[in-house]
Amino acid sequence: MNIMMLLEMTSGAFPDRVAFTDGSTGVSLTYAQLFEKARARGASVRNSKAQRLVKLDVSNLATPVSLFASAWAGVPYVPLNYRLTDAEIAALLERVTPAFLVTEPKRVPALGELNDVQCSTTSYFIDDDNHANVLDADWSMDPDEVAVLLFTSGTTGVPKAAVLRHKHLVSYILSSVEFACAEEDEAALVCVPPYHIAGIAAVLSSVYSGRHVVQLPNFSAEAWIELARQHKVSTAFVVPTMLARIVDALEGQESANMPHLKNLSYGGGKMPLSVIEKAMVLFPDTDFSNAYGLTETSSTIAVLGPEQHRIAQASSDEQLRRRLVSVGQALPGVEIEIRDEEGRVLGAGERGEIYVRGEQVSGEYEGRGSVTDAEGWFPTRDAGSMDEEGYLFLEGRADDVIVRGGENLSPGEIEDVLLAHPTVLDAAVVGVPDEQWGEGVAAAVVARKDKTIDVAELQAFVKEHLRSSRVPQLMEVWDELPYNETGKLLRRIVKARLAGDAVN
Amino acid sequence: MPELKTGARLKSSVCDGEIMVVATPGGDIDITCGGAPMLLPGDEAAAAEINPEHAVGIVIGKRYITADEALEVLCVKAGQGSLAVNGELLLQKDTKKLPKTD
Repeated sequence: MNIMMLLEMTSGAFPDRVAFTDGSTGVSLTYAQLFEKARARGASVRNSKAQRLVKLDVSNLATPVSLFASAWAGVPYVPLNYRLTDAEIAALLERVTPAFLVTEPKRVPALGELNDVQCSTTSYFIDDDNHANVLDADWSMDPDEVAVLLFTSGTTGVPKAAVLRHKHLVSYILSSVEFACAEEDEAALVCVPPYHIAGIAAVLSSVYSGRHVVQLPNFSAEAWIELARQHKVSTAFVVPTMLARIVDALEGQESANMPHLKNLSYGGGKMPLSVIEKAMVLFPDTDFSNAYGLTETSSTIAVLGPEQHRIAQASSDEQLRRRLVSVGQALPGVEIEIRDEEGRVLGAGERGEIYVRGEQVSGEYEGRGSVTDAEGWFPTRDAGSMDEEGYLFLEGRADDVIVRGGENLSPGEIEDVLLAHPTVLDAAVVGVPDEQWGEGVAAAVVARKDKTIDVAELQAFVKEHLRSSRVPQLMEVWDELPYNETGKLLRRIVKARLAGDAVN
Repeated sequence: MPELKTGARLKSSVCDGEIMVVATPGGDIDITCGGAPMLLPGDEAAAAEINPEHAVGIVIGKRYITADEALEVLCVKAGQGSLAVNGELLLQKDTKKLPKTD
């Protein structure tokens, strides 16, 4: 089992089909070209003796080439977040050496000097003249080999590397995609970042479908709309924040005028009802699907399909209508349970932690092993409930991570900065409901004795130290924070009070 | 016949067909294509003809199962021979079409 086999099948069946187009340059690769590029770069990676292929760049033609070259060479593929600073990247790179790094030219001076890192610019990597050798079709078929390492941000703030083996990714594709199901004139518009599991899943699903992928490296609603029309895109995936922006950009128009867009799926956060309802009007010919998945589960585990969207929307029954904000039912081959804090399985409608089991579920982190239980169940740390027919409703994170526009923010990281300010004695950061972002950042702070907290100044202080997405949009000065008798901060109470204030 | 492992890739000895094992009940399994034993990478076989009763062919991307569904394989290269275990032809598995989400 190897993800290379998926590309081999499509490249064998449709060698001359267009596989990928970089939407920012218009340059394309056919399936046969993608296969041959992976073959030559697989040889370069193997000759380099690197143990990982790291890609640090926006989506471009080198993204699928890197993924498949890694699989061919037999080393894990490690896509990193290009929004991180050189120092943050260096800390992650240290954990994956010896590494073959493919990155933008501006990163080379800082990162090329690191020990056990062989640096290549993206354009050097993609140029055929720089890869003289080729490999036989000798990739490993061992299903337990690691295909991808993906860094996820956890509550502690120290990123964990989720381990996805070939068996997880191939199982996911075989159970959710029919080989060669795409017509030659279909195209998928991919705008999720390449370091996100949805970005990996989009590459693999499209390849196995035989579908043309159009890449949008830096999302803007205007660019998305333009590329979708230009390439007569038939399939796209967006996070709720992106759909909200697309709907905004189409404000005042009766229809998006995209009859070719057959499927629009979304996921990665809670979709506001107002956004999906507006989108269904603007895209009357489009089928909507809501997908729920995690890095550790090789992407999607539950889907609310187009027919289910329509039934829910048309229903006058409150229970059925509510399903429009659910994430649908488990995929075939995936089992989902809701459990309480003691691990007991809960009944319909009861809120608890979401557990999942299936061939595509890894639940494993580099250096920490698997966190699945003896029966193979993975605790997602997401809270939710299921109705009588297995429709899954998400209700935030079981832990405290704030999911703002699909980006996971660690409250601890923001609290640390607040606590570093001379006027701040204590601080708690929580997520509060936000129409645009799904969740927004809110903070309750307590002043040091004889000091006064200036909220605007404190927000500016956070902005100096962290990316702007981490700046609390709501900040209140309290006399004290609520703690239980063992000294544990009662986040629930902070959250409820700030959420109430955010609404009012 | 060595033990068949999940993920293993096998070649037909009588046609172009190739398969990958998706699920196996474990143990030794006598799988044939076109009536002749299938080969693991590196195996050599004597030249043989396709058994006309095992000549419907296999289609790339389709999955084939035993009647009890314990063994499941994926056709990764099309061929003229049909798959069988202990002389019983494998069945083509119907896959349910799912909404496209990525």
